Amino acid sequence: MLSNIGNILLLSNVLIGALIIYYSFNCLKTSNNLVFKNIYQLSLIQSTLILSCFFTLVAAFLVSDFSLINVYQNSHSLKPVFYKISGTWGNHEGSLLLWVIILTVFSFLFLVLNKNHPKNYRLHTLIIQNLLILGFLFFILFNSNPFSIINPVPKEGLGLNPILQDPALAIHPPLLYVGFVGSSIYFSAAMASMVSNYNDRSFAKSIKGWVLISWVFQTLGIMVGSIWAYYELGWGGFWFWDPVENASLLPWFAMTALLHSLLVLEKRNALYFWTIILCLLTFTLSVTGTFLVRSGILNSVHTFANDPSRGIYILVFLSIMIITSVYFLFTRYKPETNHISGNSKETFVLINNWFMMFYLITVLLGTLYPIFTDVLFKSKISVGPPFYNSVIAPVVVFFLVFMAIGPQTKWIKNKFTNLKQLSIILGGALLTNFTIIFLFKSYSVISNLIIISSLFLIFSSFMDLFKKTKLNFARIISHLSFGFLIFFIGLNHNFTIEKDFNLKLGEEKVIDNYKFVLNDLELINQINYKAIIGKLRVKNMNTNEERTLKPEIRIYDNPQTLTYEASIKTNFFKDHYLTMSNIDRSEYYNVKFQEKPLMIWIWISVVMLSLGGFVSLFKNAKNN
Amino acid sequence: MQKTIKLTISVFIFFILLVFYLSLNKVSNYDTENLVGNKLNQIKLESLEGINYITNKNLKKNSYTLINFWASWCAPCRVEHPFLMELSEIKNLKILGVNFKDKKDNALNFLDSLGNPYHYLAKDIKGKQSVNFGIYGIPESILIDKDFIVIKKFVGPLNFEDLNEIKKIVSSL
Repeated sequence: MLSNIGNILLLSNVLIGALIIYYSFNCLKTSNNLVFKNIYQLSLIQSTLILSCFFTLVAAFLVSDFSLINVYQNSHSLKPVFYKISGTWGNHEGSLLLWVIILTVFSFLFLVLNKNHPKNYRLHTLIIQNLLILGFLFFILFNSNPFSIINPVPKEGLGLNPILQDPALAIHPPLLYVGFVGSSIYFSAAMASMVSNYNDRSFAKSIKGWVLISWVFQTLGIMVGSIWAYYELGWGGFWFWDPVENASLLPWFAMTALLHSLLVLEKRNALYFWTIILCLLTFTLSVTGTFLVRSGILNSVHTFANDPSRGIYILVFLSIMIITSVYFLFTRYKPETNHISGNSKETFVLINNWFMMFYLITVLLGTLYPIFTDVLFKSKISVGPPFYNSVIAPVVVFFLVFMAIGPQTKWIKNKFTNLKQLSIILGGALLTNFTIIFLFKSYSVISNLIIISSLFLIFSSFMDLFKKTKLNFARIISHLSFGFLIFFIGLNHNFTIEKDFNLKLGEEKVIDNYKFVLNDLELINQINYKAIIGKLRVKNMNTNEERTLKPEIRIYDNPQTLTYEASIKTNFFKDHYLTMSNIDRSEYYNVKFQEKPLMIWIWISVVMLSLGGFVSLFKNAKNN
Repeated sequence: MQKTIKLTISVFIFFILLVFYLSLNKVSNYDTENLVGNKLNQIKLESLEGINYITNKNLKKNSYTLINFWASWCAPCRVEHPFLMELSEIKNLKILGVNFKDKKDNALNFLDSLGNPYHYLAKDIKGKQSVNFGIYGIPESILIDKDFIVIKKFVGPLNFEDLNEIKKIVSSL
């Protein structure tokens, strides 16, 4: 029955989407600036129905309705309620439904909240957004229907992939989707802006809030995924340059560039086409990422839901999107005559954009290169951290310096009157860096430069707090947090200690100044898994600091899977991270121990970074 | 000028989409189980002494070859060592030991103290060669016949059952 309700709701949404497009075209023919009342009503019904459709699927998971293939494949009656619910979007079909929800709700909110903008612009945005909604609804209905039934009805489900049974993973997809699916609304708005010639600073105002929302959520979504990978995948790091991680980072670069170029469009009415390109690029990269992940052409630890047959649909969709947007861009493009001084805030914002484009191209090349070599030369290669670190790290130094200087400049024509202050800040950064080296240990030249430049950004952002002019809290918080983020990453990278060895029960091992003893192995039974818990005592013989870490090897029943749970002890100064894995047919366990300084501050910096976005969002809402 | 830029962008986009399309038909999942039944065409491993290479030529005269990946630092390798010693005495079987991410002196000490079951000794210091054999951890062993077809793959240390299975396969000649 739930299957029928779900399918009816999906079909109703198709109908309503088509009606909205039809009425919008009719409304465009009228001469006044009013949008038909029924368009508002239909948009509200559309959002209500798609949410109802989603809750129908949640209900199917809650009552374990195994007549639905999706529930059968991704749930189990013994699964805790929390994971039954999060299982709804922990799979390809359910997550697509979440896609459509965001497309639809954003479409409605954009219509309602932008009443002071021209009718033509709003309606064109609505039409394009609804074409996207229809595209995804057809994808769901014909290829990835979460309400497909199975006959005869199985008595029990196969269960959710155990590594997805995690609180962080329950919130990671929704956060990330608000981010990159949310970017669809300014893709539609950018297209509408070109069609309706709405190309001045008001256009920037109409999308600024949406760019901020998607940026904030994308930042948080990436962070939660990163935290999850840190403790769940047992690799002991926070970023692996995994292709799927990269796929989420690409739209983030484009969004960040867009946020800054919008400032120029808003203040100086310049860079309109560049802003449009960034709007189109952000959502195109989001769909490209989805294509790479869902089609299965990328080999990645995250590729849970892959199926080449789905790939062709997304590829056709992506191609139509790109071809249409490039067509509009080429036909509407007019060279702009911008009178931008080389020494002005505008130039510094542009410099930010160049850096973002540099990062974007680097990560895009690294991600796509293995696919290209495989197809063109039949050679399987993988691009790993050394490539990204060596290309990106040196450039970060210049980026941070410009990030510190940029906000000090003035619009139109700037004069550097604060060179003395900048020199003092640089001196402070150098001194702090060499104090760290003196107190602890030295590190490479590039690490020195990164730490000095991040301190330069931190100090100059702090100084901004004491300026007499009007404070831009959003910018200060974001830039300050970014400085801290790079600073903590730099220290974490240079001061991490890593030990890898084999140990059996009762055995003691001394490596450098650490002593490890595997004291005990305990077997416990939980509802949906059994676990072997190791009790490892770790002693730092220099400081006499002693800790017991309890890594787990979990054996899940449904589906039968083995996972390794890291034991992590966190404090404000460092994390102790330990994983234990069994060696097949042996009494030995492989132990990986890491001491990672200032880990928690990396996460806090990212939260603060997105907080800057939130502050800007509220300020923007207040101003409008 | 503008036309050239537009044309370049269009060709570039078309090229990317085409590569995406072609890549959809590729199997990208790496599965070591698939190796069974496959032929190992290009074996070329540097000998432990580092003076010559062990290739298909060296192995083609053997009825069966067991390629064993091991290291002196690997505890489970010690566990399987007695079984390898026993296998080394079988007439139809020759054993190629690939010393994995190890130091030569440590490897030779290991063999001095526990015995040397290997008819051929090769090294893979960086662990890159072993990837071609579908190795993702050691110890692992691959049994191939005289045509270099993979008959069986053993993940983890060899045990008593594996020993009997290898004996059975080899004696069926």
